[in-house]
Amino acid sequence: MQELDIAGMGSVRVTRKNNNVVVLEKDLATEQMVLAMGPQHPSTHGVLKLECLTDGEVITEAEPYLGYLHRCFEKCCENVDYPAIVPYTDRLDYLAGMNSEFAYAIAVEKLLDVEIPRRVEFIRVIVAELNRIASHLVAIGTYGIDLGAFTPFLFCFRDREIILSLLEWASGARMLYNYIWVGGLACDIPADFNKRVKEFIDYFRPKTVELYKLLTENEIFVKRTRGIGIMPADVAVNYGWSGPMLRGSGVKWDLRRNDPYSIYPELDFIVPVPDGTVSEVGDCLSRHLVRALEMEESLKIIEQCIDKMPSAEGFNPRAAVPKRVRPKAGEVYARAENPRGELGFYIQSDGKSTKPLRCKARSSCFVNLSAMKDLSRGQLIPDLVAIIGSIDIVLGEVDR
Amino acid sequence: MILTPMLHFSMPLLMGSTLNAWSEALAGFNPMGLPLGLVILAAIPLVFIALYSLTYGVYGERKISAFMQDRLGPMEVGKWGILQTIADILKLLQKEDIVPTSADKFLFVVGPGILFVGSFLAFAVLPFSSAFIGANLNVGLFYAIGIVALEVVGILAAGWGSNNKWSLYGAVRSVAQIVSYEIPAAIALLCGAMMAGTLDMQKITMLQSGSFGFAHFYLFHSPIAWLPFLIYFIASLAEVNRAPFDIPEAESELVAGYFTEYSGMKFAVIFLAEYGSMFMVSAIISIVFLGGWNSPLPSIGSFALNEWTSGPVWGVFWLIMKGFFFIFVQMWLRWTLPRLRVDQLMYLCWKVLTPFAFISFVLTAVWEIYVP
Repeated sequence: MQELDIAGMGSVRVTRKNNNVVVLEKDLATEQMVLAMGPQHPSTHGVLKLECLTDGEVITEAEPYLGYLHRCFEKCCENVDYPAIVPYTDRLDYLAGMNSEFAYAIAVEKLLDVEIPRRVEFIRVIVAELNRIASHLVAIGTYGIDLGAFTPFLFCFRDREIILSLLEWASGARMLYNYIWVGGLACDIPADFNKRVKEFIDYFRPKTVELYKLLTENEIFVKRTRGIGIMPADVAVNYGWSGPMLRGSGVKWDLRRNDPYSIYPELDFIVPVPDGTVSEVGDCLSRHLVRALEMEESLKIIEQCIDKMPSAEGFNPRAAVPKRVRPKAGEVYARAENPRGELGFYIQSDGKSTKPLRCKARSSCFVNLSAMKDLSRGQLIPDLVAIIGSIDIVLGEVDR
Repeated sequence: MILTPMLHFSMPLLMGSTLNAWSEALAGFNPMGLPLGLVILAAIPLVFIALYSLTYGVYGERKISAFMQDRLGPMEVGKWGILQTIADILKLLQKEDIVPTSADKFLFVVGPGILFVGSFLAFAVLPFSSAFIGANLNVGLFYAIGIVALEVVGILAAGWGSNNKWSLYGAVRSVAQIVSYEIPAAIALLCGAMMAGTLDMQKITMLQSGSFGFAHFYLFHSPIAWLPFLIYFIASLAEVNRAPFDIPEAESELVAGYFTEYSGMKFAVIFLAEYGSMFMVSAIISIVFLGGWNSPLPSIGSFALNEWTSGPVWGVFWLIMKGFFFIFVQMWLRWTLPRLRVDQLMYLCWKVLTPFAFISFVLTAVWEIYVP
């Protein structure tokens, strides 16, 4: 046996057998290529950069690089009054502004210990759930694009447009609402709002079925997502996953049920968790399925809220809004179930200032993304795209 | 001279028989011994195809996708945005012709050229009508299969020459794709050639004519003829890089695949080649399985619908219509289906399509030998 070192090919063992046949033993170490995916890449959902070490199309290591959209949210918070932080929270997860505001409002109200009018809670839940549907529509639509299906994306955006119009009608803005205030709402919902929302629900129910048939049941879609990027439940918990990601791994964990806030305990809805019949528990398809099924649950929640909502008579949405937010010294952590998982706010008050001493946002996307390295090891590039899409990141929340 | 046939062309059903007489008269128009009439007659379909490839393929794709997605598509340039593609081409013409500094200049420039040549050379052997075929080769089908494979050389040259990692991935995927789809595609076409007993495209078409119209087409020739038809159609999607097999240019994975670095006119040429080969594979499948320029309408008794709708100009009409139909199906699939992974494509081609292509090959052979 003879070892040859051919330039650039690693070591090649040449064995001569008895009849002088040369046998090359394959020990050819191929060169690995560094592939910078993003920040300007169609399927990194914004400005995520993944530095992949690739061997052919197989990814041996993928390292996410963050910070391209960093806006110093937490430092900004330390320099403005409590109510003025609300617009900043819109810009965290800009696809689910209402939910972010909701989480922040809960945190400050917990710190202030104020009583919220009941109608306000119902309106908050309605707009938050509408926003959850809109956010899931974007997640599902862009996931279709990641896998090469363009049409579901536009169908999703067509329906999302109606939700955005409704929310614009209520709040005056399409995406960055500043609607849920500390202690109340900016304004009451318009007179016919509930009727229009009901119309939307009647319109949207058949559309979810259409979307299900077009995308979720598509043979190629299932082929591309089933069994890809499997995350076991225990590892998911260790990573601190939350939201549809954690539920996709089979853990029935929804803050609306497990750490109830607002009026969610009064409402009847189920927490969809994949059972492993359609998908393998923990794979990309499970995570997609959870989102698809959650839309239906949100519709149910909205319907119940509309039925149970107290009348608008003598209602002042700003009744409990404090003139000046100056909480007593202390700290609070409050969390809410966002479309992407647990959004928590940790707020520290020194008791003197109208500005928080410290305001930290616990971002669900950031935590979910931390598992990227584990998930992507040994995957193909197309599967990496499928995995990133299934995590459903919003870089505004990852980078803050 | 040109206007008159166009007028007739717009009313094909009424003017059928007149049109035949007219086109034959035009074909015989030889001033000073030059076959000028024949040239004009030949120019009509060629101009049409060029126009189609350049503008209306792209326009059609944009409009069809728009209607499928609840959009309007291009609406601004001209009525219903009909001139949009022309505006786009003007824009592309004005753009700076960029060759990346680290690119292999020769390959980078020659790549789109090979692509274009590969896609358009096959047009020479397409019989557009009984009176019009660019080059009546006796191995036309073989030539068409061969020359289309040249496109991959262009893709490889473009991808390698770009010196871009995404382009390289696209090029490598394209090569992996061609070795997968070419075999079932060629075997499926061979079934058609067996049914005809010739590789001559014009003869294949002529053998499918008859007064019963579509009943003479090879798709209905034997009970298993639909199988090679289907196999070739699926393989042809991979051949022209259309969804669900748009793997070499997978937008969400490889940015734009092998043409990531291209801009301006070179990009336009790649685009043109893509739409050209879309029509080309559609024409090939129409010729081999759906009677090419033959009218699909059957004659019923004395109501000789088939004869009324046959003739040189009618032939062009039918072939282009059949081609358009398959292009429409290609677009329809593209805007409906997600993309397969490259290994899934290879699985499909090697383990599904190739065995079935062999089965249909054997069954067609048995049918041809034992069934008169």
